[in-house]
Amino acid sequence: MSQENIQLPEDLLQEVGRQIAKFPEGMQKSALLNVLHIAQAHFGHLSEPVMDYVARLLHILPIEVYEVATFYSMYDTVPVGKVKLEVCRTGPCMIEGAEKIVSYIEHKLGIKDGETTADGMFTLKTVECLGACGYAPMLQAGEKFHEHLTEAKVDELIEKYRNNPKANYLGL
Amino acid sequence: MDRKLLLEHIGVEGIHTHDVYRKQGGYKAVEKALKSMSPDDIVEEVKKSGLRGRGGAGFPTGMKWSFIAKPEGVPRHFLCNADESEPGTFKDRYLMEKIPHLLIEGMILSSYALGCNQSYIYIRGEYMYILQILEKAIAEAYANGWLGKNIKGSGFDLELAVSAGAGAYICGEETALIESLEGKRGNPRIKPPFPAVKGLWGRPTVVNNVETIAAVVPIVNEGGDAYAQFGIGRSTGTKLISAAGNINKPGVYEINMGITVEEFIYSDTYCGGMKNGKKLKACVPGGSSVPILPHYLVCKTAAGEDRLMSYESLADGGFVTGSMLGSGGFVVYDEDQCIVRNTWNFTRFYHHESCGQCSPCREGTGWMEKVLHRLDYGHGKMEDIDLLWDIQRKIEGNTICPLGDAAAWPVAAAIRHFREEFEWHVNEPKLCITKNYGLVNEKKFEPVNA
Repeated sequence: MSQENIQLPEDLLQEVGRQIAKFPEGMQKSALLNVLHIAQAHFGHLSEPVMDYVARLLHILPIEVYEVATFYSMYDTVPVGKVKLEVCRTGPCMIEGAEKIVSYIEHKLGIKDGETTADGMFTLKTVECLGACGYAPMLQAGEKFHEHLTEAKVDELIEKYRNNPKANYLGL
Repeated sequence: MDRKLLLEHIGVEGIHTHDVYRKQGGYKAVEKALKSMSPDDIVEEVKKSGLRGRGGAGFPTGMKWSFIAKPEGVPRHFLCNADESEPGTFKDRYLMEKIPHLLIEGMILSSYALGCNQSYIYIRGEYMYILQILEKAIAEAYANGWLGKNIKGSGFDLELAVSAGAGAYICGEETALIESLEGKRGNPRIKPPFPAVKGLWGRPTVVNNVETIAAVVPIVNEGGDAYAQFGIGRSTGTKLISAAGNINKPGVYEINMGITVEEFIYSDTYCGGMKNGKKLKACVPGGSSVPILPHYLVCKTAAGEDRLMSYESLADGGFVTGSMLGSGGFVVYDEDQCIVRNTWNFTRFYHHESCGQCSPCREGTGWMEKVLHRLDYGHGKMEDIDLLWDIQRKIEGNTICPLGDAAAWPVAAAIRHFREEFEWHVNEPKLCITKNYGLVNEKKFEPVNA
């Protein structure tokens, strides 16, 4: 993608404006995390040109965007699948069988933790506590939580997202 | 007193909407405060209530509020910490999802008390669907005149917005939260200056946990003294406990502080007892950072008294035989769970979440993770146990923020109470892969590293 092609559509630019307007004038950098979420949902991942574009939107330096994008675990600076399956692996989920869910998905999709399927559809990741300890095991697909997981439930949701990858975003 | 103060109306159909919330008595506290109370009156009621921070530290809220600096002409800010990410904790999420207007009402009262006209809810990025619930509720509150300019003719203005994090446990530390809300990496700041003097954009700022802010609503409605009638001793009021692990009924419960731990675990009103009739092995009563308790110190203190669900009783015995109420993330382990593995898992979490500013935490959490990993997989040596003890001691107290302590405490407590199990992993390198150690025998075993 060359720099000229990087442009958010009008409705998302309005959303960026709404995020900036949450903060006092001159404090627009505060909207950075929110704007990066919007950019990532639209462009798939935060490539360098996308981060530069975000810097221009917020009138800040590109380095200010890079250092944030590389700090927070939800941002991807390298390409990922259309649907990210992030399985919680922390304590309470572990004792409820998170590891079994991970290896089930690994076998089903033929990928390891951190990898993306050849068709670019799914990325599997293990992540730290998502605040669903009482409803374990669980995974997050994009912006959606799936709890009380069983192998059958995993089958179901992989089928669902394969047919409609956009369904993992909540939308505006 | 079995009455609930926060979740009283949780079962009412549509309570997440403004109109139903209002019908159940919602926003009455705001009406009362704006009509008949000065900001200082509210601070006074909160002080009288004895309310303590519900995020984990348990610091008296009224006192925290009284520290806020009030320089002439400088705006002040009130922030809600909804970055709930302490393993075992999922109570704030429940409250925001089910009854978002309670948090908004608490935000209005607290902002009024502190003289803040622009307040924010900082929520962890993974809770995106809850962010949407909150934004909808905030829009309703604006539409009904509870937010904006000159609220209900009182002359008090308040703008309220939600802002998302993006996956960083450290942003639950208040100065890291402020950095993040300024659009930066979540690196905690060196204190002083404290946020009450220099916080968001260098302005005086107070940060409180979701549940703390929600508790201001019943305090204003019924008065601080009435609130203090709930609970026990210096643990006043009710507390949300999120229960997880090997129990029959995981979930979020509002308890009157002072009920026994035994009742909480075994009664059908709460956890409903151990799953599959297994025996209790251990319990982490306040989120992953607090010391783990072996089964014989869960329901009783070392002195043989009933252990209660309160700040004081859970801490009875200090770190030698006690723990902490913490965030209320209550995780129960049965006899089939491996303490070495669980400690390794939690340590990996802290290593992953260390921001990297301070070497003891950045390096130490990684070393502990590696040592625990080899112990768990049967490659450990006996001296590894003392090495772990040494590393955790050198992390504790030597970092800018409490993440270092939070990483050290679970390791220290695991070794203190379950040293036998660690030794067994060294002595039985093959067996420990396929079997678990089982229960610790209290008679045979006394804590060594006191």
